[in-house]
Amino acid sequence: MLRFLLRRLTYMAVTLAAVSVVVFIVIQLPPGDFLTSYVARYSEQGGSVDTAMLESMRAQYGLGQPWYVQYWRWISNIVFEGDFGQSFDWNRPVSSLLWDRMGMTLLLSFITLVVTWAVSLPIGIYSAVRRYSALDYVVTFLSFLGLAIPSFLLALVLMFVLSRGLGADVGGFFSAEYINAPWSWGKVADLAKHLYLPVFVLAVHGTASLVRIMRANLLDELNKPYVTTARAAGLPERTVLLRYPVRVALNPFVSTIGWILPELVSGTVIVGVVLSLPTAGPLLLGALLSQDMYLAGSFILLLSALTILGSFISDLLLAWLDPRVRHG
Amino acid sequence: MSIANPGAEPTVLPAPRRATTAEKGQWALIYRRFRRHRLAWWSGLVVIAIYLVAAFAEFVAPYGPETYSSRYTYAPPQMLKFGGRDAQGNFVLAYVNGIKSTVDPLTVQRVYVSDPKAVIPVGLFVKGEPYHLLGLIPWDRHLIGPVDPKAPFYLWGADRLGRDVLSLTIHGARVSMSIGLVGVAISLFLGILFGGISGYYGGWVDEVVQRSIDFLKSIPTIPLWMGFAAAIPTNIDPLMVYFWITVILSLLGWTELARVVRGRFLSLRTEDFVLAARLDGCSQQRVIWRHMVPSFTSHIIASVTLAIPSMILAETALSFLGIGLKPPVISWGVLLKDAQNLLAVTTAPWLFIPGIAVVVAVLALNFLGDGIRDAADPYN
Repeated sequence: MLRFLLRRLTYMAVTLAAVSVVVFIVIQLPPGDFLTSYVARYSEQGGSVDTAMLESMRAQYGLGQPWYVQYWRWISNIVFEGDFGQSFDWNRPVSSLLWDRMGMTLLLSFITLVVTWAVSLPIGIYSAVRRYSALDYVVTFLSFLGLAIPSFLLALVLMFVLSRGLGADVGGFFSAEYINAPWSWGKVADLAKHLYLPVFVLAVHGTASLVRIMRANLLDELNKPYVTTARAAGLPERTVLLRYPVRVALNPFVSTIGWILPELVSGTVIVGVVLSLPTAGPLLLGALLSQDMYLAGSFILLLSALTILGSFISDLLLAWLDPRVRHG
Repeated sequence: MSIANPGAEPTVLPAPRRATTAEKGQWALIYRRFRRHRLAWWSGLVVIAIYLVAAFAEFVAPYGPETYSSRYTYAPPQMLKFGGRDAQGNFVLAYVNGIKSTVDPLTVQRVYVSDPKAVIPVGLFVKGEPYHLLGLIPWDRHLIGPVDPKAPFYLWGADRLGRDVLSLTIHGARVSMSIGLVGVAISLFLGILFGGISGYYGGWVDEVVQRSIDFLKSIPTIPLWMGFAAAIPTNIDPLMVYFWITVILSLLGWTELARVVRGRFLSLRTEDFVLAARLDGCSQQRVIWRHMVPSFTSHIIASVTLAIPSMILAETALSFLGIGLKPPVISWGVLLKDAQNLLAVTTAPWLFIPGIAVVVAVLALNFLGDGIRDAADPYN
């Protein structure tokens, strides 16, 4: 287990390093370095830029030096000092904008993941056990539909229906009176009232694919001799099902977290924009549109780091569940 | 035995029964299995229909993509009715009612009411705006449209510029559906290249390719796409934007195909018929192209079909966010951007219709791909 853990940790570190290089490339893609666009924007507003400050920033970010020096400055500032650079749109350090939004993104992703699992597991088991029943057809059709609807469209339609039909307050995480209020039970309740829509929209896609996977996994297991043996031994049907085939079918199911998470995080970005949630999405989009590259890059980096960490955890979970993995 | 009994009649062996399946080729078998999959069959027809509509968009759509009318901004959909009489009392087979617009004195907004007295005859193959079919053949007939080209005809309503949503959706199909095809073509090339190398050479090459795939799969795609897409210069030709977007989508989308190709290569390498071919002295090239490739092309086709919808969805999402395709290019994602505003949608819910087109296209492609995948291996 220790060897597995070590190998997996090394792999995660390498992946993170690779992601950071890719993100750095993204930051560098727009023509000119960010200081030129900064100066351009400043003079557009009729202001003049302090040349001494400009020079010090140039030195701080290592501009004009080879790319690997710039990359090293950038990444070492992040890793060792928690300094993500400067957001020129907001005229603030990126890190002050980052953590709040990332916390909300994490919360939303986590709740959605839990809901996705809680819903897809029983439904998947049901539709495998009662294959070709009416409800199985309904589930199959709905899951295909769930995979076909773009999440932003679902969010828009639901927003339209809820706000027009029911007069519900949709969008955002809090009602106006709670946005700046300190945490209280009222605020938590208010959050819950706003969360169900984004969680639902985000969970649809993942649930749809997980139901398909669980159904297929379980169908493979149900006809195996050990199930017949258990049944012949006189175990009640529920015990037969839950104790053996479901447990085996769960293994490949657990490993899907690795790719459900990236999709989920991608989804949060889009749905966050549509429902104007205070998550990473709208800020990332705004940063990209105005080429505020340090802010955008930091978001992409952190979102990727989040997913890589998630897949690491899911791998550990899988190793704990399935001995073949840790000795493989 | 018959020798011991010479009086017995010689037994007549029955003529060997002709096996009907043995003579059918692999593709005929696949096709037969596919035919039995009714949902996939119908979805296939829907997909073909959508691509035909996309190819002949100018003919199918009542109006061109740029036609607008400031008199009919946000005009609601007109109901197609059958059997009526026009102003002169002549019988018309199909018609729509005219739209009367008044401006609300308080809100200064246009309010539309259907005018049951005004009958606008609708016909097939009517004369309308001239265009070039497939960009070559000049013509002016439209599959469906008002007999009088000046009369308002909005079966799916009008958008904020007074453009016909039906026509826009039809024209948008061309870009949205083709971006899937082009993107998949690039992914397929990359997938076969890397998957093939990985499966064929094995060893450390395989390890490197596999780890890179794992890496690409572990990054959340939308933020990364957004990063790349935002870096496309805004002042270049829309066609180049289209090209870059497909390249970006396929650069991250080839992993699944590479996985399928590699898996097939690995499992086929140990198959008996491949060994037999090798023992027969077939050359390496012949073993690969004559024996291995035909037995996984059907799987590749299935994976390709299943990859198209995700490309379409990705394009739609990017354009919707405003960092993919932009007007004047018309795609379903660009059209849906107009529906982003809750206020606009409340007054004109028909702006969602391009979204229905997306869902139908993606569903049909998914069902089709599923059917092909089930039929792909006719021998099991």
